[in-house]
Amino acid sequence: MKQQTNFFTARSWLYVPLVLLAIFYLVPMYIMLVTGFKSFAEVDLQTMWSLPSGLHFENFTAAWEQLQPNIINTLLMVVPAAIISSFLGSINGFVLARWKFPGADIIFPLLLFGMFIPYQSILIPLVEFMRTIYLYGGLPGLVLAHVIYGIPITTLTFRNYYATVPKELLEASRIDGAGILGVYWYILLPISIPAFVVVMIWQFTSAWNDFLFAVVLTNPENWPVTVALNNMAGSQIIAWNVQMAGSFLAAVPTLIVYIFLGRYFLRGLMSGALKG
Amino acid sequence: MHLKKDTAISIALVLPSIIAVGVFVYGFIVWSIRVSVSNWKGLLPNYEFIGLQNYIQLMQDPRFHIDVRNTVIFTVLFVGGCLIIGLGTAILLDQGLRGENFFRSLYLFPMAISFIVAGVVWRWLMNPAAGSRMSGLNLLFDNLGLDFLINRWYTTPYWGIAFIAIPAIWQMSGYTMALYLGGLRAVPDTLREAARVDGATELEIYRFIILPLLRPITLSALIILGHISLKVFDLIIAVAGKQVALDVPAIYMWTTTFDGYFFGRGAAIGILLLISVAVLIIPYLYFTLRAEAEV
Repeated sequence: MKQQTNFFTARSWLYVPLVLLAIFYLVPMYIMLVTGFKSFAEVDLQTMWSLPSGLHFENFTAAWEQLQPNIINTLLMVVPAAIISSFLGSINGFVLARWKFPGADIIFPLLLFGMFIPYQSILIPLVEFMRTIYLYGGLPGLVLAHVIYGIPITTLTFRNYYATVPKELLEASRIDGAGILGVYWYILLPISIPAFVVVMIWQFTSAWNDFLFAVVLTNPENWPVTVALNNMAGSQIIAWNVQMAGSFLAAVPTLIVYIFLGRYFLRGLMSGALKG
Repeated sequence: MHLKKDTAISIALVLPSIIAVGVFVYGFIVWSIRVSVSNWKGLLPNYEFIGLQNYIQLMQDPRFHIDVRNTVIFTVLFVGGCLIIGLGTAILLDQGLRGENFFRSLYLFPMAISFIVAGVVWRWLMNPAAGSRMSGLNLLFDNLGLDFLINRWYTTPYWGIAFIAIPAIWQMSGYTMALYLGGLRAVPDTLREAARVDGATELEIYRFIILPLLRPITLSALIILGHISLKVFDLIIAVAGKQVALDVPAIYMWTTTFDGYFFGRGAAIGILLLISVAVLIIPYLYFTLRAEAEV
């Protein structure tokens, strides 16, 4: 391998496009942080690219005051959505991976298609239905929407994970007299933690970042942070520096998840492409 | 022995989910189709059947023509940009350079951020204001002496939608790279070695061996990015609000339904979007699942 004649004769040149692209990806982060840490006095569109004189928190404080109720709304919605989704996905994935009941071959593709539909095609019935069952306007209705429309991706991820569990392990436990529930509870659940992490991160991120369901299903007092942030950006009253700080606050939780659990995040992404 | 019982329990376990998806996906699609052939305008439901009127009106609607045009321009640039940058970075990162992990994580992090956050930030980066109020990238170009790059971004007449592809590529090109990297890692080293022994240059190895092997990945990426592109919604809203010049079907559906209470037309747009996505996704699911079953 060492003596290979690489067609890029000087390999260090490869860093030029890599670094240029890195700058492209970092520019929005740079602007968010640089603006956020400036003092109100320093904030000026003319000097938006220059570094702050020190670390000031006025912008973050102002943005936090604006967005705090919405960030709390998002948290109250995202945590139950992620937990319920992953348990449902785990149960479904287990059944679909192990026990082929009649019609499973038809139901599975139908389930998967639900992952790709444009939600505009179900939005009117969804709103009407939520009104009928008195879940329109609040957070429980939003949780329900995320859980149900999350079933396809969570089921798929768990199914692919359980398909890798050796059959012998399950056969052995069945000979020992465990029923299907026993196999799930004692054998599969304890070894499912990696899949749970993948699915929870996936559902956490997509519910945190969702805008469409939130904007049509919630009243202003229950708005999650994405809707509130968009509203803030559209208003003429709130200064752009506060908008930048607010954007950063809204992005921090999912960024933290990405930084610390990026590998699991990537696995979720890949199962979204049906590559298990 | 307890096979029968197990089957019953299995069905009981998945039944709630199957019913939920059945109702919320397929039931609601049927319901939407019903609304799309109704004369429902206004707050109160009205299911008076008017045939394909809503669809016919859309076909003649200048705003819907703008939507289709914008979707086509956006899709070509967004999908093309993601594929080129994604494949390019994947090949660069496959050369075994130092710092590979760092660059890979960096390119992928925008995926973790919402379209709304990205849109709000890019809205200021692509601020079209000129003269003394100049800011964002235009200001940067001015300071760097790259004045020829200064432009009106998403407010450019006719081509404004093209600039929305920039933040969209910013978000999704890393994902495309990850897909390609997965494919490149799956190319056996022995194949490359064999080609080298046969005297192939690195360029020829890519041209004749690796790129053809990546074709299925390009197809997957094309379909996934294409369907995201058909659904593009929150990014445009966050960058530019509701402007007719930057309208797309998903936004038209939202405004005509929830601002204009024209439910019949909104449902028709939703169903047209569904059909366009289904044309991409159904063959994809069919071939992917069949390939999986053969393994």
